[in-house]
Amino acid sequence: MTLPIQLLWVIPALPLLAASIGALTPRSGRKLAAGTAIVAMAAAFLVSCSALLGALAEPAKHAFYNFAWFDLGASSVRLGWLLDPLTAFMCVMVTFVGLLIFIFSTGYLREDENFARFFCFLSLFAAAMLGLLVANSLLLLFVCWELVGLASYLLIGFWFHKPAAAAAAKKAFITTRIGDLGLLLGMLWLYDSTGSLLFYDAGQGILEPDTLGALAAQTTIGGLAVSTAIGLLVFCGAIGKSGQFPLQVWLPDAMEGPTPVSALIHAATMVAAGVFLIARVYPLMAADQALAGVPFHALTVVAGIGAITALLGAVIAVGQNDIKRVLAFSTVSQLGYMMLALGVGSWTAAIFHLLTHAFFKALLFLGAGSVIHAAHHEQDIRLLGGLRGPMRLTFLTFAIGTMALAGVPFLFSGFWSKEGILHAAHGWSVSPLPLYAGLAAVVLTAFYMTRLVAEVFFGSPRSHSAEHAHENPAVMTAPLTLLAVCAVALGFVGTPAWPWLQARLNGQTAVYGHSLLEGGGLMILSIVLVALGLGAGWAIYARRPRVSQTSVDPLAANAPRLFAALGARLGFDEFYAATFGRMTAATATFADGLDRYVFDGAIRFLIRLGEFAGLVNRETDEDLLNGGFDAGSEALRSAGKGYSRAQTGDAHSYLRVAAIGFVLLVLIIMLGGLR
Amino acid sequence: MNSLPLLSLIVFTPLAGAVILGLLRGLNPATSRALALFFSLSTLGLGLAAVTGFDPAQTSAQFVERHEWISAFNAHYHLGLDGLSLVLVLLTGVVTPTALLASWTVSRNPRLFGSLFLGLQGAALGVFLALDFFHWFLFWELSLAPAFFLIKLWGGPGSSRAAYQFVVYTIGGSAFMLLGFAAIFAASGTLDFVQLAQLATEGTLGARLAAIGGWWPQAVFLGVLLGLAVKVPLWPFHTWLPPAYAEAPTGVSMFLTGVMSKMGLYGFLRILWPLFPAQLHDASGWLRWLALAGVILGAFAAMRQTNLKRMIAYSSLNHLSYCLLALFAVSAATGRAGMSSDASTAALSGTILQIFNHGLSAAALFFCVGILESRARGAVAIGLNDFGGVRTDAPIFSGLCGVALFSSLGLPGLNGFVGEFLIFRGVFGLDPWAAGLACLGLLATALFMLTFWQRVFHGPRAGATLGGFSDLRGVEYAPLVPLVALMFILGVAPQLLAHLINPLVTSWAGHLTLP
Amino acid sequence: MSANSLQLCLLFSSALFCIGLTAALSRSNAILVLLGIELMLNAANINFIAFWRFGPTPAPATGVLFVLFSIAVAAAEAAVGLALVIAIYRHQKNIRLQEATSLKG
Repeated sequence: MTLPIQLLWVIPALPLLAASIGALTPRSGRKLAAGTAIVAMAAAFLVSCSALLGALAEPAKHAFYNFAWFDLGASSVRLGWLLDPLTAFMCVMVTFVGLLIFIFSTGYLREDENFARFFCFLSLFAAAMLGLLVANSLLLLFVCWELVGLASYLLIGFWFHKPAAAAAAKKAFITTRIGDLGLLLGMLWLYDSTGSLLFYDAGQGILEPDTLGALAAQTTIGGLAVSTAIGLLVFCGAIGKSGQFPLQVWLPDAMEGPTPVSALIHAATMVAAGVFLIARVYPLMAADQALAGVPFHALTVVAGIGAITALLGAVIAVGQNDIKRVLAFSTVSQLGYMMLALGVGSWTAAIFHLLTHAFFKALLFLGAGSVIHAAHHEQDIRLLGGLRGPMRLTFLTFAIGTMALAGVPFLFSGFWSKEGILHAAHGWSVSPLPLYAGLAAVVLTAFYMTRLVAEVFFGSPRSHSAEHAHENPAVMTAPLTLLAVCAVALGFVGTPAWPWLQARLNGQTAVYGHSLLEGGGLMILSIVLVALGLGAGWAIYARRPRVSQTSVDPLAANAPRLFAALGARLGFDEFYAATFGRMTAATATFADGLDRYVFDGAIRFLIRLGEFAGLVNRETDEDLLNGGFDAGSEALRSAGKGYSRAQTGDAHSYLRVAAIGFVLLVLIIMLGGLR
Repeated sequence: MNSLPLLSLIVFTPLAGAVILGLLRGLNPATSRALALFFSLSTLGLGLAAVTGFDPAQTSAQFVERHEWISAFNAHYHLGLDGLSLVLVLLTGVVTPTALLASWTVSRNPRLFGSLFLGLQGAALGVFLALDFFHWFLFWELSLAPAFFLIKLWGGPGSSRAAYQFVVYTIGGSAFMLLGFAAIFAASGTLDFVQLAQLATEGTLGARLAAIGGWWPQAVFLGVLLGLAVKVPLWPFHTWLPPAYAEAPTGVSMFLTGVMSKMGLYGFLRILWPLFPAQLHDASGWLRWLALAGVILGAFAAMRQTNLKRMIAYSSLNHLSYCLLALFAVSAATGRAGMSSDASTAALSGTILQIFNHGLSAAALFFCVGILESRARGAVAIGLNDFGGVRTDAPIFSGLCGVALFSSLGLPGLNGFVGEFLIFRGVFGLDPWAAGLACLGLLATALFMLTFWQRVFHGPRAGATLGGFSDLRGVEYAPLVPLVALMFILGVAPQLLAHLINPLVTSWAGHLTLP
Repeated sequence: MSANSLQLCLLFSSALFCIGLTAALSRSNAILVLLGIELMLNAANINFIAFWRFGPTPAPATGVLFVLFSIAVAAAEAAVGLALVIAIYRHQKNIRLQEATSLKG
């Protein structure tokens, strides 16, 4: 049974529904919240499988269904669903790994009082990731992309009463948002130049040849093709989300969240989003490949960043003492591999590695979670040790995950997917450096994973918690076992002899396998390197296991400064705090000071000015104007006093005056004075 | 169209309520609160009634009422409603009742409080519906008096100074506007917005003003600009805003930021832009920098605030500056060859959506800060560092506040995103560098919002929450739940608002010309 | 003849006026001062009649009408004057004008 494309929204909607139910259940509704989340995830898995069947039937087709979201101008802003093998494989992976992590979480967080809330957030996380996968619109993808960021924020800060967790959550959100702004700008640019954000839209979409041709034909600042510039901006988003150099700093801090969250972030959801985004817009990223006169191509930058990240992550992982941080930096490194693969032109290799990595990294994180849970939340590998005996199943599955990650040949999936990447890097004509970085990282990966296993599972317990560790219940080990099976088996769908997965992703129905021996030299080289790393790790850490908490790491004994620098993650955090952090704080102080002193000061100055004018006014009023009035009225008053003296009150005198006046009048008239 | 004078009813029902509450002296507190709420809800009811009779496709004013008033000034009683006004009426209808509900616990003379509040509401509605400068200005100034008393009498310790500053600053601005309109009246003989806009598009208005003296059009434009800029506020005319918002009682802060700041933006869209297209076009080059400064420096200044209300006030400055940025970008690009009308449509739609959405989220945030303030029992100023771990004790409050917070920082899926996205889309199309710089504002907003969240809600209990923090109870749900529900609804279905304004905005963007 | 008659009348009225003026200025009794004032008024009345009778174009009864009004006014004035005199008497128990100076400024 295949899923009609119109109903593709069901896949993200199921966990979203579970999330809303979880959000509305009270704290006591633990079973309800966890139950709905798991059931919804299982249902989403089944639906994804049916979607995958549909996609595999016609792998070359990008089935889409678009609809109007809201009116804008004469047209409208449209969103849509998209189903192709890429989406379908990713959906199946996310729902499956997610489901196992959900089940594991019911055991891991059994005692947490916010259990119901945890499943709400987990479901939201999965829903956002699935929405991102099925989106046929960069806008919808961006919406889900941000929701992934929100969910990761909520989950990393799940133990929000721990200040470190709260700070890590904020750091993750802000760091990824820096990248997201690039993505936003890229999206705006795309929208502005093409008038659409739909990936596929019957010839009008942004990933279809007509549009891409137009984009690649225009040039912008620095002589770059517009498509290159947009591609790089979009890649900024991927740098942030996938923890690429230079924004890798949030990923290790995200370990503050509960371990299942780390598993989800590192395997299925968050960091995979960046790689998926680049794979999704791969036609856009690659649109400038044919151009000759441009300074550089977008994918070159992707390859460079990927190579740097692959090496950097692996180097730093060597110096970490926290079990989860080692794994975190290994994720950084592996994501670098994927970006490298994307950059050198083999996006199918990247997705293959993304899928296999999802399984074995989920396995490793859940294994680490199992250890941490058993050891009463002890995460420092110096304090663990000797867990091989009491936690047999965890040890076995963890070892399988380690071998997959290290790329132990032939049996383990990581080998095949990593081989694909190295092969692609080998074939890249621009520069051999990514290949060298990849090969160097192979050694380091094998080395630090061996160190991790040796420290945690071999030797003797070095703390009280490690001594009392015992195997976890089946609800936690069963997912481990399933994941371990996948970590082995998944490799066989993409071997060079039978590259089924790559073929389907590329839209081919038939599989054209080539010989295992093609590129055999490279394969042998990488096998040698893996052996070198494993052997070195075994020789240094497992043969003479650490005896006490305080014993010095053999590497630290030989190169204390280098080891300390690695432990301090090469000072990226300090560097950013000293530059960007300071700059932000300074800008904030400036903006605030501007208001407080300059503008408020200006207002106060105006008020002072007004007061001064008032003062001047009062002085002039009292001395000049009022003085004049006073003098005038004084004169009037004294004149009145003088005149009132004529008012004698004696009627005779009045009469006398009247008579004299009369006589005077008569005389004047008689003398002709009025003529 | 409709024999009932619907718009007059919208404007005068709250005013009538204000008078009734003012006259009934012996009313007990509970009844006066209920009565005030009832009258304020009338706006929502009548506004929804207007939505049902509203024809979005018609871009001119609807439900028009026009009567002779003062023939000496050629002043008419002229009310009309288009998509922009309708959105603002609905916003007022939503925010005012929630603000009154948020003030439910005001115990000092709730009758007078309700009466003044209704007066404020009526004045705001009058501004949003008037089409004649004469009573537009009347309502514009009328709104100040209740706001002044509400801030001064019910506000915090520094409220007296803040209220004076607010009123004097605003009146100072609008005095220039009044002078400007006196000149316009002298030049054109009319105060009717529709006629004036007509004159302006023909270029007659500018020509007539220029006939008085060469610099008159610019001077009048500056006067009107100043009056509006103070109200919005446009950076750097914003210094009255943080103290006023911080000192006002919670409900009044909600109204001030939710509705009153929109009066200024409404003025920009309804008066300044249509009446002075050429002058605004000339000025937009540098006005754009002011708006950008508001976006960026507003957000960064918010980062430095320790008083939570001041922080939200600065975030308001930041959010409203996006609207102005969009308008200025459109105006600056008007007449440029190859200007994208899609981008203008997006920018203007985004502005109107942002007006509504910011009203919701800022009101909700102020309410949340008000809750924090009330729980702090007045012991301390509501500072960033006076709380901690609120989420441990009050998960429901924290959840709802978190939604408001993320809505404010533009998280997709909530209401804030659509407006901001459209503004950015439009501004990018018209002025890519401005859009790029404005991104810094987005980042800084996320930074301080999350710092707020981290300090207050996360971490161990501290400060005022040491003694426990009770979750929302009773009437405290009433303001927050509808606002948060609207955030979700409008985030998922922006079409609900977009279809009301889209034809109007499309016609604006389609007729962008300089006289 | 007519001119002489006019002169006679004027001489008579002048005499009457002078008698009245003398009385008003010299007597201290308020009632006698009032009488003097009445005499002067009547002198003026006689002048009205004389100029009317011997004037160039005697219009019908204009002089008589003036005089009638004047007499009416004089009657009213006398009434007010006598009332004032009574008030002064009540106040100072005599009607000597020299003593009634309470309106002095």
